[in-house]
Amino acid sequence: MTAHVDVTRREFLQVASAAGATLVIGFTLPGCATPGAPAGPPLEPNAWLKIGTDESILVIVDRSEMGQGIATALPMLLAEELEADWSKIRIEFAPADPVYNHRLFGMQATGGSASIRAAWMPLRQAGAAAREVLIDAAAQTWEVDRAACRAENGAVIHSGGRRLTYGHLVATARTLPVPTEPPLKEPKDWKILGTRVPRLDTPPKVDGTAQFGIDVTVPGMLVAVVARCPVFGGKVASFDAAKAEAVPGVRHVVQISSGIAVVADGYWPAKTGRDALAVTWDEGPTAGISSASIGRLFAQRAARAGAVARNDGNADRALSGAASRLDAAYEAPFLAHATMEPMNCTAHVRPDGVDIWAPTQFQGAAHQVGAGIGGVPPEQVKVHTTYLGGGFGRRFELDFIQEALETSKAVGAPVKVVWSREDDTRHEFYRPASYHRLRAGLDGTGRPAAWTHRVVAPSIMARIFPDTVQNGLDGEAVEGAVEMPYGVPNVHVDYVLTDTGIPVGFWRSVNHSFNAFVVESFIDELAHAAGQDPYEYRRGLLGNAPRYRRVLELAATQAGWGSPLPAGVFRGIAVHKSFEAYVAQVAEVSVGSEGAVRVHRVVCAVDCGPVVNPDTVEAQMQSGIVYGLTAALYGEIGIDRGRVVQGNFHDYPMLRMAEMPRVEVHIVPSTDSQGGVGEPGTPPIAPAVCNAIFAATGKRIRKLPIGQVT
Amino acid sequence: MAPIEFTVNGRRQSVDVAPDTPLLWVLRDNLGLTGTKFGCGIAQCGSCTVHIDGAPTRSCVIGISTVAGKRVTTIEGLSRDRSHPVQRAWIAEDVPQCGYCQSGQIMAAVALLETTPNPTDADIDAAMTNICRCGTYQRIRTAIHRAAEGV
Repeated sequence: MTAHVDVTRREFLQVASAAGATLVIGFTLPGCATPGAPAGPPLEPNAWLKIGTDESILVIVDRSEMGQGIATALPMLLAEELEADWSKIRIEFAPADPVYNHRLFGMQATGGSASIRAAWMPLRQAGAAAREVLIDAAAQTWEVDRAACRAENGAVIHSGGRRLTYGHLVATARTLPVPTEPPLKEPKDWKILGTRVPRLDTPPKVDGTAQFGIDVTVPGMLVAVVARCPVFGGKVASFDAAKAEAVPGVRHVVQISSGIAVVADGYWPAKTGRDALAVTWDEGPTAGISSASIGRLFAQRAARAGAVARNDGNADRALSGAASRLDAAYEAPFLAHATMEPMNCTAHVRPDGVDIWAPTQFQGAAHQVGAGIGGVPPEQVKVHTTYLGGGFGRRFELDFIQEALETSKAVGAPVKVVWSREDDTRHEFYRPASYHRLRAGLDGTGRPAAWTHRVVAPSIMARIFPDTVQNGLDGEAVEGAVEMPYGVPNVHVDYVLTDTGIPVGFWRSVNHSFNAFVVESFIDELAHAAGQDPYEYRRGLLGNAPRYRRVLELAATQAGWGSPLPAGVFRGIAVHKSFEAYVAQVAEVSVGSEGAVRVHRVVCAVDCGPVVNPDTVEAQMQSGIVYGLTAALYGEIGIDRGRVVQGNFHDYPMLRMAEMPRVEVHIVPSTDSQGGVGEPGTPPIAPAVCNAIFAATGKRIRKLPIGQVT
Repeated sequence: MAPIEFTVNGRRQSVDVAPDTPLLWVLRDNLGLTGTKFGCGIAQCGSCTVHIDGAPTRSCVIGISTVAGKRVTTIEGLSRDRSHPVQRAWIAEDVPQCGYCQSGQIMAAVALLETTPNPTDADIDAAMTNICRCGTYQRIRTAIHRAAEGV
């Protein structure tokens, strides 16, 4: 396999240099040759396409498929312009290579609900370039004017009636230059984009054949389970491996930078050995902290002025002159990602190279870490991306990859590191906990004259991309607070960067997840104080924010805002923009006599600009709502003596079938700028539900999770 | 340790492992049947659901010694070609997102339909307690009804 890839790469580079293309890494073609098909190498017009003489079309998917549907959406972009026969499309995940860097991030990674936005032009151009060269090949073969030729459904057709399928044109097309600026189709001519194309990854996901990271097996592979310090930042003081080594099947016990790896023939002996291991930890300074101490720290820090993120007019002066004033504090907890597939990675570190098989969102950095730990040049590191059993930002991190690399290097064999659910819950990069101080002043008619919002929270960017934090301002920490869309003449938003010792990371919708909760709850408080309907109050303040207003109106209309509901059921509404997509949600909620919150129905309106696959947009809105609703109702990571209290799904519960509301998604037909869909469904659901709880009970939820409303 | 014998997807198997080894890890690590997934290890999430003598069971907490002589069916044994009505319904509704929990969801749904061929929403709520972190519950519900109606 390795040798074949290298041969293909050399072969291709000759073609590529002739065609003026950039570096491309070759792949083996799947499937068998069709009987009677012309033999020969495939056409590789660019890094994303391989068109076989057997009519196969292999699309190299350079983003990670973690459920969001990208392994179908990216091929749709290519296939549309290629005029491909969709039934011939096959996919393979890209290796680590700069040619696959994300156009907006400059690195090979998946996140920020930005895969389509980044690929929208280049992948359509890649498909169009292939289409054009195939038309050239047909015109040359027939010796006809190319203007009389057109591509359709996997073939080039001449106006005279002749037809050649792409497979028969590959050999000739390989000799022709690939155009660099091919024309793109008009949206009115689209056949694939905007339609409900079934997911390419559904069949292998209903018969158990889809390979996730945890399913990787390579010859001679051992399985490791790692003992890590229960306190963040702690280290191994000493350990006794005797009891672990006595477990049948345990082969090695080795120290790595994150703890002690017990390496065995399979997961069960490795875990049994890990649990038998005696380790003394140097717990370090974080052992003194708890949820209560963090809460006190946040409240103290909220008394200070922060780094100013937005300042319109003079909010303090407007507050002092207001007819009425509101003042509130909001809190949101740390949250774990809880991907269904626990963290895992397989690595093989050898003197001559490194292989990494990983469910990763960050191939570019995995590649570098592999080279660093393996002590080999980057070109000798191969990253094999599997399906991801959920990502949500957790798999942007490198900790599980580093563990596999270090353990493989230590024992001289391929090693798969597998985390237990408890490991996964307790050794996370959590959604930051946060504390918010809000103030508003209303004029005599109830319109807001002033709005201030102070965000107190740890900074994710300070750890991952510290250069982006300037003068104490992490622009991401205030995302969704700065863009507060309502028409208020005096606005002040500031940020108090507050580290807690608890690692924080990107969690689906990141800081929008709490800032939307705060902004959309507080505007509801203003509506109530003004004695106005919360939908009409918002609508009246969105005169300069048409895309917000459009989704708000659509959600309200589809939900029948103002119409009667069954006894005991109440509505709440929220609207939020994140990742350039605008989403409004109306939640219908009842609160039982014991205080149990039940969400019956959610009506969701989304404007994400031009849509690739409406079925995926609907699925991602449903998914984002469940993710956000789970967090709003139950989600809380508590800290005690520097340790995470929760460990598994019994104490970090997930929404299940019986609690699932009916979700209706309405997509705004839109030719405006494009937004993402993986995350924007999440932020509005917590405030929509909390606003409905207020309508039901008069109780304002200012601290998540909601739990029982008493 | 004496080898433990049982049947998986119609084939006799014999394994020689610690008797407390969960069935899940015997399937995955010893028999190479990785379609059955590990999610929690404490029978909370249902990703590891298989059928033992026809009954849906969370294989992560079933010691292999208690499976001796029994009949185990995994996702790999449901059909050779994704033709089981539940698999066809799952494809028709495009249920999976990340897909990690879906083997367990499908095995739970198959068991439900075998005892309750025309389940109500309440039946589905009661029987389908597996966790899906992607939130595909709505499509799972629709797909179960679809399978019940003959796909």
